[in-house]
Amino acid sequence: MEKKQGLIDQTLQDLNNDGIDRRGFLKCMAWAGTGLVWTMSGGIPMSRAFAKGHDQSVAKSGNFTFVQISDSHIGFNKPANPDVTATLQTAINKINAMPHTPDFIIHTGDLSQLSKPSEFDTLDQALKGVSAKQIYFVPGEHDMLSDNGEQYLQRYGKGTKGIGWSSFDHKGVHFVGLVNAANLKAGGMGSLGHEQLEWLEDDLKGRSASTPIVLFAHIPLWTIYPDWGWGTDDSEQALSYVKRFGSVTVLNGHIHQIMQKIEGKVSFHTAMSTAFPQPAPGTAPSAGPMKVPADQLQRVLGITDVNYLVSGRSLAVVDSPLGDSGSSASGHGGGPGGGS
Amino acid sequence: MTRENVWIAGLAAPVMIAMLLLFAGSPSATANDQPQAANAEVKIDNFSFGPETLTVPVGATVTWTNKDDIPHTTVSTDGAFKSKVMDTDEKFSYTFAKAGTYPYYCTIHPKMTGKIVVQ
Repeated sequence: MEKKQGLIDQTLQDLNNDGIDRRGFLKCMAWAGTGLVWTMSGGIPMSRAFAKGHDQSVAKSGNFTFVQISDSHIGFNKPANPDVTATLQTAINKINAMPHTPDFIIHTGDLSQLSKPSEFDTLDQALKGVSAKQIYFVPGEHDMLSDNGEQYLQRYGKGTKGIGWSSFDHKGVHFVGLVNAANLKAGGMGSLGHEQLEWLEDDLKGRSASTPIVLFAHIPLWTIYPDWGWGTDDSEQALSYVKRFGSVTVLNGHIHQIMQKIEGKVSFHTAMSTAFPQPAPGTAPSAGPMKVPADQLQRVLGITDVNYLVSGRSLAVVDSPLGDSGSSASGHGGGPGGGS
Repeated sequence: MTRENVWIAGLAAPVMIAMLLLFAGSPSATANDQPQAANAEVKIDNFSFGPETLTVPVGATVTWTNKDDIPHTTVSTDGAFKSKVMDTDEKFSYTFAKAGTYPYYCTIHPKMTGKIVVQ
């Protein structure tokens, strides 16, 4: 825990150049691993412990839970994690042990390490054992390596548009899966591209501003660290289309660590990987896999569990490391500015 | 080693690196501007191409080797050459038959860019 706190503090210093005081806020995120709940309510973030009362509220009719998993990198076998299939399985076991079966799962990309059919097969086999009936995917750059994503689209992109983007509605919440890890330009970061942006604008048009919106994509849709390409060149345009909505949640992967930012009514969140951690921005010569002692690995891998509560039209995001026993973060409350 | 020695070693290392860089900056940097032997190497390490700019004579074969734990590609921005995905320790070679400047990048991590100058 101390180690993680240290990393997060370092990250803060790198991110704080913009003058926005996120220090106290992100410090709270150090608790996320032990089950802190972030609740978005009318644009005001509130945190509280992941406790029994929360589960009960999820059980009420109309409320629901979904889980985000990310960056499984099936096929990766280097020292940072020689058995990524086993840690994916641990993630699946964790999902299956949840008190309420999630309505569905979102996988935010980098399913595979090298887009190999055998890697996709292994992933499919493992995901067959998950409790949730439905899984939605968006590709990461590792899933479209050699064939312009043809195989990915064949397996995971049925019914999607373009290179795999799509949207769906679930119990009053509108979900949009975007692809920003394909056709990347030299020197750039993630990219959505003109065609997808047009589609997005059209997709959101005519929807009531009170509809909660969830955008998910592999690469962060907010600029975290341009030197490592941790951002999306044309994300601002995409975000301009969701400005009028009262509750917007943006879920990403790619950076293999938890980061959160709240801007007005938009809450941004990146998930842990199920495979290996990556260093905090600027804390290593490159973004390569971070090696941690074997007994620490499950603390830096994890899943993200998102709860939608009808009463507040709010989404609560809970990150749980694989190695967590599921206990609550005790005695923690208050908003992002204080609390932790 | 005493604590004091550790401190000295800690201070000495950056100084030595700086000196090495200074030396590298003078005579060997000019070597990079001159055409080198017909076969040249680019090492992919820590999400970067090294050297970032490589100058070779016409007919030279350049070989890229991926030393990272993560796959990379080497793709010319104007379509002259395109590697397959290189996993750790995998290589890609291309022979430059025509003079010119060939910018390239990793299509997986587009912040990684490099240039081959063929003279």
